Amino acid sequence: MASGILVFIEHVDGKINRASYEAVRAAQLLGAEIGQTASAVIFGESVSDAAAEVASRKLERVYTVENQWLKSYTADGYAQAFRQVIEQLQPTLVLLCHTYEVRDFAPKLAAALNRAFIGDCIGYKVEDGAPVFTRQVFQGKLSADVVAVGDAPHFASFQIGSFRGEECEAGAAEVSAISVNLDADIIRQQPEERFKEAKAAVDLTQAPLIVSVGRGIKEEKNIEIVRKLAEALGAEIAASRPICDNEWLPMDRQIGSSGQTVSPKLYLAVGISGAIQHLVGMKGARTIVAINKDPEAPIFEVADYGIVGDLFEIVPALTAEAEKRKR
Amino acid sequence: MKIIVCLKQVPKNDSILRISETGDWIQDRDLTYEINESDAYALEEALQLKEKHGGEVIALSLGPARVQSVIKEALARGADRGLHLEDPAFDKLDAFGIGAVIAAAAKTEQFDLLLTGLQSDDFGFAQTGVVAAELLGAPHATIVMAVEVAEGSMRVKRELESGYFQWVTLPSPAVLTIQSGINTLRYATLKGIMAAKKKEIKKLDAAALGLDSNVLAPKQQIRRVYFPQKTKLTEMLEGSPSEVAAKLLDRLANEARVF
Ligand SMILES: Cc1cc2nc3c(=O)[nH]c(=O)nc-3n(C[C@H](O)[C@H](O)[C@H](O)COP(=O)(O)OP(=O)(O)OC[C@H]3O[C@@H](n4cnc5c(N)ncnc54)[C@H](O)[C@@H]3O)c2cc1C
Ligand SMILES: Nc1ncnc2c1ncn2[C@@H]1O[C@H](COP(=O)(O)O)[C@@H](O)[C@H]1O
Repeated sequence: MASGILVFIEHVDGKINRASYEAVRAAQLLGAEIGQTASAVIFGESVSDAAAEVASRKLERVYTVENQWLKSYTADGYAQAFRQVIEQLQPTLVLLCHTYEVRDFAPKLAAALNRAFIGDCIGYKVEDGAPVFTRQVFQGKLSADVVAVGDAPHFASFQIGSFRGEECEAGAAEVSAISVNLDADIIRQQPEERFKEAKAAVDLTQAPLIVSVGRGIKEEKNIEIVRKLAEALGAEIAASRPICDNEWLPMDRQIGSSGQTVSPKLYLAVGISGAIQHLVGMKGARTIVAINKDPEAPIFEVADYGIVGDLFEIVPALTAEAEKRKR
Repeated sequence: MKIIVCLKQVPKNDSILRISETGDWIQDRDLTYEINESDAYALEEALQLKEKHGGEVIALSLGPARVQSVIKEALARGADRGLHLEDPAFDKLDAFGIGAVIAAAAKTEQFDLLLTGLQSDDFGFAQTGVVAAELLGAPHATIVMAVEVAEGSMRVKRELESGYFQWVTLPSPAVLTIQSGINTLRYATLKGIMAAKKKEIKKLDAAALGLDSNVLAPKQQIRRVYFPQKTKLTEMLEGSPSEVAAKLLDRLANEARVF
C-alpha cells in the first residue's frame, strides 16, 4: 500500500535550509502530475517550530522525528531514523535537495533499503505515468534522462536552483510526530562544531569587474596573460577550483559553491567549462562573457556574450584592445 | 595501516563527446582517458598516510582492460599493489552496482581505510563510496579535506556549504570520500615507473567475488542522453582575435554599460 511523496527537510539548529523548499516545490508539481500527495519529514531533537514553518506550505502532513541522537546531524543517525520512518509510512518516492548533507546520507539510506537513488537531478518529466529524472553527466556537458528500476520507494535529489522554493503553494498541513528507536551504538560519527576558516583576505563580493581563469590556462606561468587582461580592464582576478587546488592562485580567489559567490557588473570567464559548482558562484553577475574553445561548454548557457576560440589568441588581443582604448 | 584507494578511469576532461547509436551513452571509440580528478587526490592522501604511519596502499579500479593504465600510474606514484575488477557483468553498472563490487573486493582485504573520490567526472553519481560503506557495514565521511589518523580511529575535516567545515571522529575501518585540493599531487618519477613494473596487479571477476546477477541488477537506468537545450540568448562574437576583442569591448561599453 505504498503511496505518497515524502520530502526531506534539512535544518541546522532549527534553521531550515532554503533549498528544502525547492524539494517541497518539486514534490507539489510532480505530485499533481502523477496523482500523489506530498508530505514532509524533519529530524532533530526539538523541531516543532521548524515543522510549523514547513506546515504553512501545501502538504498532506509534516512529520517530526524527535530524538536525542538526532540533535546534531550524523550520517548514521539520520540514515537509521529515516529508514524507520520509511518503513512506517511506505512512501513511493522520497525527494530531497542535493545538499552536502544529503550527499552524505542519502546513498547510504537507499543502499540499506536496496533501492535506487537518482541524485543531483535538474528536473523531471512524466512518461507513461511515471517520473523520469533528468540529471547532468560529464559535468553538465550532457543531460541524461533516468528512471528508477525495481520496487518503491525510490529516492531522487534535485540540484540546488532546479525549482523555486518561493513558489511553493501555501497550505495548512497537519503536524504529527513519529518515534524511532535509536541508541548510541549505531552512531559512529562524532561531529564537532561547524566553523569557518579565517576570513578571506580578498573580498570579491564587492568587486564590480571580475576576470576569472579556469583550467583552460594549462600552466601556472600562463596565468600572467589573464592577470594582464584583468589589469587592463581594472578588474579583480578570480579562478575556478582546480586553479586554486593547484595553488596557482590563492584559495580566497575561488568562485563557486565552495568558494565565494559574486555578482559583479562583469564576469569574464576564461577557459572555464561551467560546472554547476562554479556557476552557482557567478550566475548572478549582470553581464557574463565566456571565452572557451569548446562551443558546447556549459558556460555558454549562462553567458551574454560568447567567444569560441583559443584563449591564448583572444586574451592577448583583448588586453591590447583594452589598453588601446585607455589611451 | 592498509589503505585501499578507488581510482576510476574517465574520458579526458576535454574529450569531444558524441552520443552513441543507442542514444543512451557516449561513443567510446577514439576517446583518451585519465584518472578521475578527485581520485588522484585520494591516491595522494593514501600515499601520504602511508609515509606517516607505515603500511600498504592498494590501488583498485573497476573497468575493462584499459583501466590497468590507471592502476599502473598509481603503482608508479608509490602504491604497493593493484586490484583490477573486471567482468563483462560489470559493464553497465550504476552507483549501487559499482559500490557493491568495490565492497566485495574490499572484503577480501583486511583494510583500515577505503578511500574514494567524492564524485566521478563522467557519471557524477556522488554515491559509490557511501554505498560501499553501507554494504561493508563501515562508517563513512564525505567531502573530506584533512585526515588525522589515531589508534583505531581517525579525525577528518569535512567541507560543508558556504565556507563552513566540521571535524568528525570515526572508528576504523572507515570509508572516506576525498575532495579535490586536499593535498598537493605528486607525479611519477622514472624510478617509480621502473619499480611499478614489478608490482602485482590482481584481477578479480564476479565469480571470484561471489557476486550474482541479483546484486548487480540495475536500480536506475538511463533512457537517453542529449546535449542540453540552451535557455539563454548568448550573442556569439566571431572574427579574428582582434576583431572579436573590439566587438566585445564595444558591446561591454555601449550595450552592457559595464565601463
Ligand atoms: C562538492 C564540490 C564542490 C565544488 N566546488 C567548486 C567551486 O567552488 N568552484 C569551482 O570552480 N569548482 C568547484 N567544483 C569543481 C567543479 O565541479 C569543476 O570540476 C570545476 O569548476 C572545473 O573547473 P574548470 O572549468 O576550470 O576546468 P575544466 O572543467 O577542466 O574546464 C576547462 C575549460 O577550458 C577550455 N579550454 C581548454 N583550453 C582552452 C584554450 N586554449 N582556449 C579556450 N578554452 C580552453 C575547455 O574547453 C574547458 O571548457 C566543485 C566540485 C564538487 C564536487
Ligand atoms: N569504476 C570504478 N573504479 C574505481 N573506483 C570507482 C569506480 N567508479 C566510481 N569509483 C569511485 O567512486 C567515486 C565516486 O564515483 P561516483 O559515485 O560515480 O560519483 C569515484 O571518485 C571513485 O573513487
